[in-house]
Amino acid sequence: MAATIECGADTNTSENNMSFKKALSVASSLTLQIVAECPVTKARVCDLILPHCAVNTPVFMPVGTQGTLKGITVDQLEALGCQICLGNTYHLGMRPGPDLIEKASGLHGFMNWKRNLLTDSGGFQMVSLVELSEVTEEGVKFKSPYDGKEILLSPEKSISIQNSLGSDIMMQLDDVVSSTVTGPRVEEAMHRSIRWLDRCIAANKNPHKQNLFAIIQGGLNSELRKACLAEMTKREVPGFAIGGLSGGEEKDDFWRMVTLSTDHLPREKPRYLMGVGYAVDLVVCVALGCDMFDCVFPTRTARFGSALVPWGSLQVKQKQYAKDFQPIDPDCQCPTCKRHSRAYLHALFKSDTAAMHHITIHNIAYQLNLMRSVRQSIVEGRFPEFIQTFMKRMFPSRDQYPSWAVDALASVNVTLE
Amino acid sequence: MAGSRMQLELSRVVQCTSRLGVLKGLGRTGQRSLEVPGCLLYTHFGTVPHLTQDTLHTMSNLPSVTQVTLSNIAEHQEVLEEFKDGFRKFAGLHDTVLYCSLHDPAMLCPTGYTTNKTVSVWGSGGRMELTVAKFMALQKSVQPDWYQSMADGETWQNSTSRKRVRKSVDRTLAHLDECLLVHQKSQELDGVEVFGVVEGGDILEERVRSARETAKRPVAGFCLDGLQTGSMDQSLRTQLIAAVNKELPEDKPRLLQGVGRPDEVLACIEAGVDLFESFFPFQVTERGCALCFSFDISPDPERAGRAPPAVLELGEEKDTAGDTKQNGDLNHDDQTQMTSFEINLKDRRYQDDFRPLVEGCGCYCCQNHQRAYLHHLLVTNELLAGVLLMIHNTSHYHGFFAALREALAEDKLDLLKRRVLRDGARQTERKEQDG
Repeated sequence: MAATIECGADTNTSENNMSFKKALSVASSLTLQIVAECPVTKARVCDLILPHCAVNTPVFMPVGTQGTLKGITVDQLEALGCQICLGNTYHLGMRPGPDLIEKASGLHGFMNWKRNLLTDSGGFQMVSLVELSEVTEEGVKFKSPYDGKEILLSPEKSISIQNSLGSDIMMQLDDVVSSTVTGPRVEEAMHRSIRWLDRCIAANKNPHKQNLFAIIQGGLNSELRKACLAEMTKREVPGFAIGGLSGGEEKDDFWRMVTLSTDHLPREKPRYLMGVGYAVDLVVCVALGCDMFDCVFPTRTARFGSALVPWGSLQVKQKQYAKDFQPIDPDCQCPTCKRHSRAYLHALFKSDTAAMHHITIHNIAYQLNLMRSVRQSIVEGRFPEFIQTFMKRMFPSRDQYPSWAVDALASVNVTLE
Repeated sequence: MAGSRMQLELSRVVQCTSRLGVLKGLGRTGQRSLEVPGCLLYTHFGTVPHLTQDTLHTMSNLPSVTQVTLSNIAEHQEVLEEFKDGFRKFAGLHDTVLYCSLHDPAMLCPTGYTTNKTVSVWGSGGRMELTVAKFMALQKSVQPDWYQSMADGETWQNSTSRKRVRKSVDRTLAHLDECLLVHQKSQELDGVEVFGVVEGGDILEERVRSARETAKRPVAGFCLDGLQTGSMDQSLRTQLIAAVNKELPEDKPRLLQGVGRPDEVLACIEAGVDLFESFFPFQVTERGCALCFSFDISPDPERAGRAPPAVLELGEEKDTAGDTKQNGDLNHDDQTQMTSFEINLKDRRYQDDFRPLVEGCGCYCCQNHQRAYLHHLLVTNELLAGVLLMIHNTSHYHGFFAALREALAEDKLDLLKRRVLRDGARQTERKEQDG
């Protein structure tokens, strides 16, 4: 429906006419093929076919905020097996701006990334980074931190920028409320997010090559979540995100909202859980039925010298590693672990920024490998066993398992030993 | 010391001074070599700044010799001693010849911290004082293929007195004798080569004395110290180097420390220098700039008589060939100042410039990215800016050395010099116009 409106507006060439017809029938340019479903939990493995390449889900998507993944070249990222990464609309919209990126053949061309990109709406950064922001029905008003000018980020504006960026997956502008807020503001935000979704759908100029995802809101209130799910799933959108979580709420509330959302989301469309990236959260939320994840944590923590390992993390800069001549993780096959020891990386942190790049590479490899193992175990029908092994390795003893994870997994029939 | 395996085979000496050849017998097995004039691979603790091995090896034709400095290493002595297998293995550098120098050429060392028995190096944890005993213990734990002997190089300031210069020569010779004594008794250093250090500040007689005395010792080659950019102008440097080289044996390599600007490199090669340190591309990278000077002297008729298309934006064809005065106003004292051999990518004019840094450049950066992207990475302080610039600048700089050798082989050094200096001059002009 939305595609009809927008494509109708620019059917001035035969090529557009073609896509217009196509858009009427599909209104999206992705397909989701379910490869395997876990018979015990809600986990599933899919091939998500996007314009630039197929993505194997469940997938972790590294975040390249300003059109670059901190210190890593696109070739390195590709070599690690990354099929999709993120760019942030707020940052890129400010610098270098949508016009320039459009001139550079979109964000793909600008950063020379040949695989898929997902862009957020810009709304989250506005609320979290910019102090002076005001949300009205029109959009989010804020003062540019660069020139102090007042700017309005409306649903139309967000989509227009994302159309310029040319991402394979775009996110609707949603009314973001902190997950710790309760009361009428949450309900207002939920309803507004639905209205903004319709405006975003209508504003999308490229439905045939850019997939717009809806974002489920409703805070930590089950009824509001359900209402939002009921409304949004009526729309012809190619995928759904679960939003408004991972913002400091209790984990008990978090997982219940996640599982409630996946219960009501259509099986044939991808489900993206925003802002989640800790290993335990990933494994649990895959079990709850989520397909896609993103988080700045693995790359941000790397720059502080924190390397992710199957038993948690390893603070390379700590003195105890100064004479530790093993790799970060002896079982890891990443370029960092194959060549460098903890001791060398420890010392290099004092001499050069390349130390950060080494850990960033390792952490991305860790995240992608974790998801690869998850997928493989689901395909081979042993995901519940995988979870047991994973948890045993991650925590020294059973009584250190976080109770929310135990409960969440129990809800999908996995009782941790 | 076992007989020196390092051997300099000169294939050509142009106008009695510029030397072309191959430094052979490098590395523990003696199988590695390095073409001269050449430069070493500059690193921070064994890592080319900003680069991992993956990004580094997007470059082919990297020098076979990696330079590490005690200023980075000294504070990790205990670790290396416990590791036992030497720095090369510690740093994951499997296939390189390792040269260990005293100071980081990209950093100016404060003066006033040497004594008769010690020199100081500055690491991340501050100053460390080295005696010959400590210096040699470090070399044993580093296990380089060759190292610079301990030296008192605190003569680079203009105000250094003759007395202080003489003292630095005396001390450096004394350090060398002590180092050699320890070296010869150390089994761990069997087959490792030592470079003696020529000091003497800006005083000709002291330079000559230092060279003459050092040459009498069983060293494999010579480091020319205290002549770095900022310490003196090029004509004096050329004069001192020429005088020093007369005292040094023909068949041993001469490594000039602290000089990296292309114009100065050219002049020093004409004065008979063989080896340089490649810290210059790092400095260019740190100021957000890209090397763009042309060194293409190919006889391609389409290009003949015209400036090569290496840098498109170089405007007018005003021929200033051979006119080097244009560079005279550059501030030689400040190594952080932009030179005329580079472009400043932070400049707004590159915001929507979708060309590679240097047209036709084969480096990973130029093959994959555009100036506009580099500009964006720089203004947003993104780490990838340093990575990509370092790849390009390193590649460009080593390309320049390859061109230098080719020019020497074909007797076209003058042509190359004109090309490099003219480009530099044009850039300066342009900057002035813009300013």
